[in-house]
Amino acid sequence: MSPIWIAVLGASATAFLNKYIGHSVPERWLNKPKIMRINTLVPIVLLSALVGVQTFAHKKELVIDQRVAGVGVALVLLKFKAPFPVVVIGAAITSAAIYNWF
Amino acid sequence: MSITRYFNPRKNQVDRTGLSVAFTVGLYGAAFGAAGVTAGFSVLQTCLLSLLLFSGASQFAVVGIMGAGGAAISAIATATLLGFRNALYGLQMAPILKVSGIKRVLSAQITIDESTAVATLQDNDADCKRGFYVTGIGVYVFWNIFTFLGALGASAIGNPSVWGLDAAVPAAFCGLVWPRLKNKKQFVVSAVAILWALTLTPLTPAGVPIITTVLLAVIFGWKK
Repeated sequence: MSPIWIAVLGASATAFLNKYIGHSVPERWLNKPKIMRINTLVPIVLLSALVGVQTFAHKKELVIDQRVAGVGVALVLLKFKAPFPVVVIGAAITSAAIYNWF
Repeated sequence: MSITRYFNPRKNQVDRTGLSVAFTVGLYGAAFGAAGVTAGFSVLQTCLLSLLLFSGASQFAVVGIMGAGGAAISAIATATLLGFRNALYGLQMAPILKVSGIKRVLSAQITIDESTAVATLQDNDADCKRGFYVTGIGVYVFWNIFTFLGALGASAIGNPSVWGLDAAVPAAFCGLVWPRLKNKKQFVVSAVAILWALTLTPLTPAGVPIITTVLLAVIFGWKK
């Protein structure tokens, strides 16, 4: 089995376990202030790290290319409360324009 | 007994809210479908993530990490940690839904940000249940349709940079993290996580710079 298949099936299995456990365990097991505080930060750190790596990493090198401009535009659009599809398309158009014309 | 007892968006406000959330969120599925194929996943693998994993941030993480050359275990671990919030949503929903057996399995699968958000907006248990199922099933249907269309569209494209897809993926992550940054501490934690990941990128295997930021969440979340 290729690594991609392992990732697809493995992550699907653990995702379901997460969901099912929530429906099945007594509330007091997970509903603790420390767990709640850490859980609020977990998506923030993981998604922020993904933003950084996807914007600047090319294999194991850090580079500045058209993606930085695209993500910059995305941040400006988010600041002005643009809806998600506009953010993604705005980033894509910016990045494509720089890639194709320079 | 007609279907309108369960779903009647013309008359029922909860159904209308659920349906509009489901359609809008479902559209993002196209961005995920394109991201999956751009990362080197087949159309089938991309669609299976939407059908089986069915949790946007985790799905984007899997294709993002594998696309960058990360190990399957990093992708699985990151997706699992991102999906832990769904366990907390399940805790909230279980006492209201009161289901078991196959119904619990199906309800668990649609326990995500949006279904829980619409449910918890309602002020009685019947509307809460209705909101949960209309939104959860609606997002499931639209998310999967648009994943397929996005994946097909991206496979018709040769070089992803020509169409800006290389920036669309980090932009999608920005859109996922932005609404979660509600105070100064959270902005600081976000910035530290980015610096951490970029510092480790040249030094460690792909995927490690991302999953290890969980340490930052534990450190910053330990004390109030």
